[in-house]
Amino acid sequence: MSESAVPASNASGNASEKMASLVREAENLKGKLEEERQKLNDVNLANIAERLEQIAYVNIKPRKVLKGHQAKVLCTDWSPDKRHIISSSQDGRLIIWDAFTTNKEHAVTMPTTWIMACAYAPSGNFVACGGLDNKVTVYPITSDEEMAAKKRTVGTHTSYMSCCIYPNSDQQILTGSGDSTCALWDVESGQLLQSFHGHSGDVMAIDLAPNETGNTFVSGSCDRMAFIWDMRSGHVVQSFEGHQSDVNSVKFHPCGDAIATGSDDSSCRLYDMRADREVAVFAKESIIFGVNSVDFSVSGRLLFAGYNDYTVNLWDTLKSERVCLLYGHENKVSCVQVSPDGTALSTGSWDYTIRVWA
Amino acid sequence: MPPPLAKTVNAAASASKATTSSTTSSSTSAAAASASASASATAAQQAGSKQSGSSGGLLTVSGNHHHHHHNSQSASQSAAQRDPPQSASTLAVPTVSQQRGSKNEDAPNILVYKKMEAIIEKMQAESTGVAVRTVKAFMSKVPSVFTGADLVAWILKNFDVEDVTEALHFAHLLSSHGYIFPIDDHALTVKNDGTFYRFQTPYFWPSNCWEPENTDYAVYLCKRTMQNKTRLELADYEAENLAKLQKMFSRKWEFIFMQAESQSKVAKKRDKLERKVLDSQERAFWDVHRPMPGCVNTTEIDIKKAYRRGGSSHGTGSAGASLAKNPVEQLTRIIALRKQKLERRTIKVSKAAEALVAYYDQYNEFDYFITSPELPNPWQTDSTEMWDTEKNSKEVPVRRVKRWAFSLRELLNDAIGREQFTKFLEKEYSGENLKFWESVQEKKGLAPI
Repeated sequence: MSESAVPASNASGNASEKMASLVREAENLKGKLEEERQKLNDVNLANIAERLEQIAYVNIKPRKVLKGHQAKVLCTDWSPDKRHIISSSQDGRLIIWDAFTTNKEHAVTMPTTWIMACAYAPSGNFVACGGLDNKVTVYPITSDEEMAAKKRTVGTHTSYMSCCIYPNSDQQILTGSGDSTCALWDVESGQLLQSFHGHSGDVMAIDLAPNETGNTFVSGSCDRMAFIWDMRSGHVVQSFEGHQSDVNSVKFHPCGDAIATGSDDSSCRLYDMRADREVAVFAKESIIFGVNSVDFSVSGRLLFAGYNDYTVNLWDTLKSERVCLLYGHENKVSCVQVSPDGTALSTGSWDYTIRVWA
Repeated sequence: MPPPLAKTVNAAASASKATTSSTTSSSTSAAAASASASASATAAQQAGSKQSGSSGGLLTVSGNHHHHHHNSQSASQSAAQRDPPQSASTLAVPTVSQQRGSKNEDAPNILVYKKMEAIIEKMQAESTGVAVRTVKAFMSKVPSVFTGADLVAWILKNFDVEDVTEALHFAHLLSSHGYIFPIDDHALTVKNDGTFYRFQTPYFWPSNCWEPENTDYAVYLCKRTMQNKTRLELADYEAENLAKLQKMFSRKWEFIFMQAESQSKVAKKRDKLERKVLDSQERAFWDVHRPMPGCVNTTEIDIKKAYRRGGSSHGTGSAGASLAKNPVEQLTRIIALRKQKLERRTIKVSKAAEALVAYYDQYNEFDYFITSPELPNPWQTDSTEMWDTEKNSKEVPVRRVKRWAFSLRELLNDAIGREQFTKFLEKEYSGENLKFWESVQEKKGLAPI
């Protein structure tokens, strides 16, 4: 941003002066920050990782294809039992699959289309979902009829709900929304326990810190930022910038001290929370489409990233190299997720299918 | 090659637009009106289902009526007055992005289009690009084409793609977005052989962000039926679409027919080779916007992004939207965040990097994508042995026990680990500590694993 970006036609000279000084201050701080961080930027992550052997080959193939949705698959989540998957779609349906046998076990039709998010409760007995209806709704997993009858609307945003997770408890749900906020809801009472204001663009993704305490989470937004939040205070405790476009996906490294992001600028980035800065960028000249979703393997070495170019790229996070490409989907890959025990990868796509790779 | 062609097409198309714009333009103003009226979620839902294109794409009238003929805009205004916005009912929520045009250069889809266009430009470079030729065929000439093999070879040479598969995939994407197209196939894909392809003229590039109207499509299909050439014959799905459109626009079909006729007349006056190229480019344009059944419609935008760019469709309580509209507030926030960052004590990158590498060292033997497991991966072998033995506490694999030593979390996350730990604590007469923790977990709604 330069000073010339300040609208000259501003009615009051005072206001434009104020703006100019704010812009100057922001720029100054940015410079200072870069200077400070540079002092501690003594070496590249890839240099440290030089001693590691190259990942020559990853044994990963398509194993299952789940067909049944009649429109774009927008979100999937693994059950804690490691073999069931819930998926939500533009067709307004929620399907629970036994991914191992590829059987559909339950299907629920919601009174909305574009169900953008779905999540299993930690107990595996409930699912939360929502999307264009601006709501987060909880279903118990029982028979199809009972599921529809016993649904419960927990919270409502003022714009679409883009993502939801249970923060280590069946009793609470954390949501992110196009209204640029995140919110923590009490399932039983539907009460808003905490709201998280700070992003200046739609919140696209959230992820929970894997640490014991589980009181922090990360959010990614169309304001190109990723924020780390304290769930109790509702405050931003850390912020990361660098992406050139919308941040569509955020994920904690399994160690809990770093996050990965995926963006419409067609790059994925690794930010370390201890160093408080970006430590790696995963991009290639030949990759020009946006990233919708990222997830780590158990060791944090591999980052799976689903792209708008129908592929999934596997990145070596430590050496900052691409390991391989997964072809198979015939339209945008909307979501990727490693199974809870790390044995498989699920991918959902606008081609109406979900695939399991291992 | 494109510039002169672009011009002629442009002229022809704008001529057609000027006349067809009665519906088009009315919907433009209707779109603007409904945009300011702040579309509700339900309206957006309708938009969503309409955009879905599950009904074959023909009836996916979306609300983007941005035309590049600004001069026709005023004419359309009066047309709008004459012709009440009857198309308003079919209007999807306007993806205002596309109405705003220039303001929206950072929209995700535009970002990708710009990148593709830079590549196409390189491909068309005089000496370093893909060789475009006119091929002599039996009795006739095929103008301005290149082969799929040449294209793939060029991509392999000029890009950091790994192999032919990736190059081919890359070429396929360029094609499905309408930048290059096979000269006689509705399926926009690329084969690595002698099949001929052509570059699309920039006028028809998707970045020009026009979402064509069904009336335009009707005129186009109608026109094709008038040109008695086998290469222009309608495909089955096009014939079906034409029939549907004829029903839909029965009242003004005469008008559509006249349009098609006049366009056809103009076309007949053109040079034969030029016509061949123009016809194919126009066809490719419709192959992008009204794709053959089974082909991906690449012009569909993620509803989240379309919604967001809508600004006013944001709903009333959007904190972020108000923040974005208030630059002072936004800057103040950015300043606060940067100050917070400056105050933060951080470690050297080398230390952070060492920690990440150390984590990998510790966990790599548990990473199924990197180290093969002791028991076969159920997904690879269709055997559930691994999951079955996990529940069995009699023989616990050494590797699994090793993980318990990493942290208390690892131990407690493992059912058998917790069982063993419980036994140990009972021996030490301190089992109540774990019991307390477990009740807390239960209270939080976490069933014991």
